[in-house]
Amino acid sequence: MMLGILNGRVYDPIHEVDGEVQDVWMDDGKIVPPPATEEARRQARTIDATGLVVMAGGVDVHSHIAGAKVNAGRKFRPEDHRDHVRARTPLTRSGAGYTTPTTAMMGYLYAEMGYTTVMEAATAPLVARHTHEELEDIPILDTGAYITMGNNHFIMESIRRGEREKARDYVAWLLRATKGYAIKIVNPGGVENWKWRGNVKELDDEVIGFEVTPRQILETLAWVNDELGLPHVPHIHGLNLGQGGNARTTVETIRALDGRPCHFCHLQFLSYEGEPDTLPRSGAVQVAQAVNEHRNVTIDVGQVVFGSATTMTSDGPLQYHLHRLTGDKWLNDYVEAETGGGLVPMEYAPRNAANATQWATGLELFLLIDDPWRVFLTTDHPNAGPFFRYPYVIKLLMDRQARAEAFEEISPRVRKRSTLGQLEREYSLYEIAIITRAGTARALGLDNKGHLGVGADADVAVYVDLDDREEMFASPRYVIKDGEIVVQDGKVVREQQGRTLYVEPAYDRGIEKELRDYFRDYYTIQFDNYPVSPDYVPRGEVVACR
Amino acid sequence: MAKVVENAVCTFCGCLCDDITVEVEGNAVSQVRRTCANGRGVFMHYDPAPRQPTVRGEEVTWGEAVEEAATILSEAHSPLIYGLSSTASEAQRKCVALADYLGAVIDTTSSVCHGPTGLAMQAVGEPTCTLGEVRNRADLLVFWGCNPAAAHMRHFNRYSVTARGRLTPNGKRDRTTVVVDVRPTASTRIADQFLQVELGSDFEVLTTLLAFVQGKGDRLTAEEVGGVPMAELEALAEHMMSCRFGVAFMGMGLTHTPGQDLTVSELFKLVAALNDHTRFSVIPMRGHGNVAGADQVMSWQCGYPFAVNFARGYPVYGPGEFTAVDVLARQEADAALILASDPVAHFPRRAADELGKIPVVVLDPMPSLTTEIASVVFPTACYGVEAKGTAYRMDGVPIQLRAVLPTTRPTDEEILDQITEAVR
Repeated sequence: MMLGILNGRVYDPIHEVDGEVQDVWMDDGKIVPPPATEEARRQARTIDATGLVVMAGGVDVHSHIAGAKVNAGRKFRPEDHRDHVRARTPLTRSGAGYTTPTTAMMGYLYAEMGYTTVMEAATAPLVARHTHEELEDIPILDTGAYITMGNNHFIMESIRRGEREKARDYVAWLLRATKGYAIKIVNPGGVENWKWRGNVKELDDEVIGFEVTPRQILETLAWVNDELGLPHVPHIHGLNLGQGGNARTTVETIRALDGRPCHFCHLQFLSYEGEPDTLPRSGAVQVAQAVNEHRNVTIDVGQVVFGSATTMTSDGPLQYHLHRLTGDKWLNDYVEAETGGGLVPMEYAPRNAANATQWATGLELFLLIDDPWRVFLTTDHPNAGPFFRYPYVIKLLMDRQARAEAFEEISPRVRKRSTLGQLEREYSLYEIAIITRAGTARALGLDNKGHLGVGADADVAVYVDLDDREEMFASPRYVIKDGEIVVQDGKVVREQQGRTLYVEPAYDRGIEKELRDYFRDYYTIQFDNYPVSPDYVPRGEVVACR
Repeated sequence: MAKVVENAVCTFCGCLCDDITVEVEGNAVSQVRRTCANGRGVFMHYDPAPRQPTVRGEEVTWGEAVEEAATILSEAHSPLIYGLSSTASEAQRKCVALADYLGAVIDTTSSVCHGPTGLAMQAVGEPTCTLGEVRNRADLLVFWGCNPAAAHMRHFNRYSVTARGRLTPNGKRDRTTVVVDVRPTASTRIADQFLQVELGSDFEVLTTLLAFVQGKGDRLTAEEVGGVPMAELEALAEHMMSCRFGVAFMGMGLTHTPGQDLTVSELFKLVAALNDHTRFSVIPMRGHGNVAGADQVMSWQCGYPFAVNFARGYPVYGPGEFTAVDVLARQEADAALILASDPVAHFPRRAADELGKIPVVVLDPMPSLTTEIASVVFPTACYGVEAKGTAYRMDGVPIQLRAVLPTTRPTDEEILDQITEAVR
């Protein structure tokens, strides 16, 4: 049945609609023009949105929501779940978990915040099948998975031999084999070196056994991404994450991409001045300047929110470093020929100088990067805190007073030297709509999402315009997914399934013969058993390459 | 003319060997290649003849059996769901959903095998790797309390002792294999070094090795630990610290020794500490074909790998409390659904006897001691033989099982769907 949201204040930045009172109509899962006849209008279901704020459904560009790493986090942190539970209802499943909610709870919590599309940020190719099983168990949301490639043996060997066309065909094959959405690069070369007890510190360090450098891996994959015309750009987690002084390597990495479109994720963790293994200082000023100067770059922040977190990345050496730093339990997983990764529980405290620096650095990036179309809201869930704290971050961005009060609570030592207190910028609702849906959808190449134009997916969030922006964004009046009301007054009222988004780039199938031999020599799974079959994406949707 | 299925996956154990060739004539397997002796039976001894479900021993239609099962589960105040390790993850997912709906206790066979391993992981973490890393990198293997030559028969050849890979082109000659056990076994015979420890001394031996790795060896005054001379333990610790890429494999010789999860924790701590000196991982030798998948599915739907009670309307974790043996021994379950396992054969007497006193619904392709006592039996299709589905290898790598025979019986997934619909 046709559904109309009438007289709401619409924020649709892709169409430059900034709070104008408009009607939004949808039918059959898509945004449509208003009904042509009075009769049709009478038969339609309508919501009176007078005084309410209407936006497209939220689109998250980077969150760890499914797969081997996320599930390891659930499995090894019972202490995370015990006090954070959700009871079943006649409509919905039960769940548990604060930083690592169970699959159903994950879908409900995102939807109850007005988000309808979420991208899983790092899946090792060998275990992509696992990611897809979990994505299928996450209700409501449309999802997709980024595939880690920055330490992949076949790619590094192709680069060493100067065969970047082969790397291109392999990447296309791999994305198809994993039903993946984008190229993910994590600490290029560093994870491989860590399997030798090393790491990479500079763009021109050598990867042991492959005679290639992080710079070459980045350049090649950025070129491949262009060649294949993937909807998203290379999604990059750079060198020296978490280390003092990494702002310099981050700026160098931005420059090394030489104008090629790319996305830098959770950049807060990569924007510090100072020396490695000492208390970092914020390097947000120089990193924001580099981002402002390079129009080819988008970023998401990875904003720290104080409280409990679970760090989980493919960056094996980083996780070991955190284990040594905090003394907390450590989970590591090396994946043959492809990548690695680890997990360590974390607690961010405002009075801890390192944590306070991280918190301030993230906010500074938000406030110093001029163009909201190139800076996106994430907490790198659950690395810098759980995603359902986004409304708190929005409040800090929109409300200078609230920000000043929070600033007073952090470590005095950090406060004294931070520039955050002098930044007076406040985000508008229009800008929030950009950093939470319009900008992310555009960066992902999702033409049907992040806006309310005719033909867009009928994913809509309707909020009550409250002065307390945290309260406002934490509890939407309505959330609509594929034209159906799934959330009312902040609670799920309908359980339905979302879609899995993936890409199918073209490639020269001649490469498969070589891959067959390669699998025989180095893998422990048969080449023919490696690809994720269509059985795992019963509601799959191919997003076209350009 | 035989039909040939290549790259079939054997579900006998956690190795999930996926290079099996199966020849099918008519509706039966006529030949298999590359399986071990254990895996051969999975295919060769499978009787694909359709069988009818039974209610209290009488053959009934599938619909009638579903009705009866639903009645039993709906009327129960405190149903127990147990098993899961020998079915596909698609069915496991439906099963946990049913437990959630019923407010049941749900537990898997993990609780009676690698349960202590799960507890150790929750206590101290777990540095691990995939089996391909073992193949390609490992130059030191330590098998502790496990006997792969009997239980995971192709492990040595496909993944560990003799496997050739990137840094190990000469296979066995490029690595050292140490086996630690309380007695000689088929596996100790292939080892370069067999370290025989006294029964029940694993914790002490592991603690001693950990002390050496942490540089506290000079504080050790005993002359031997677990019957092993101190010098020999020091030499092993040195070897572990100086290898390039070491991997420890642990089995139920460690989980079922005094100390249980504390003993496993000590091994995991040792492995973590070795990473100050070199690279070292640990891989639990999981038994059933998809017991690792049961851990995974339970974790993503409940947050916990086993021993979950949904009675409060949300998942509550209680190893030792909501583990099936304990629930049954305390006579707290008034009905049970057993999926793909045989607790009557394997549980302690008191728990097994209790299953004979309450109504039990069983889904299992094969007859077992549990189907003998069950009120309702669904002889479902066997995943990996006549149905496709997903299983997780001992190292967490998920593999899609192939159906080598035409499917003639309903799958666990289909029956669970029908039961769920009926109880709703």
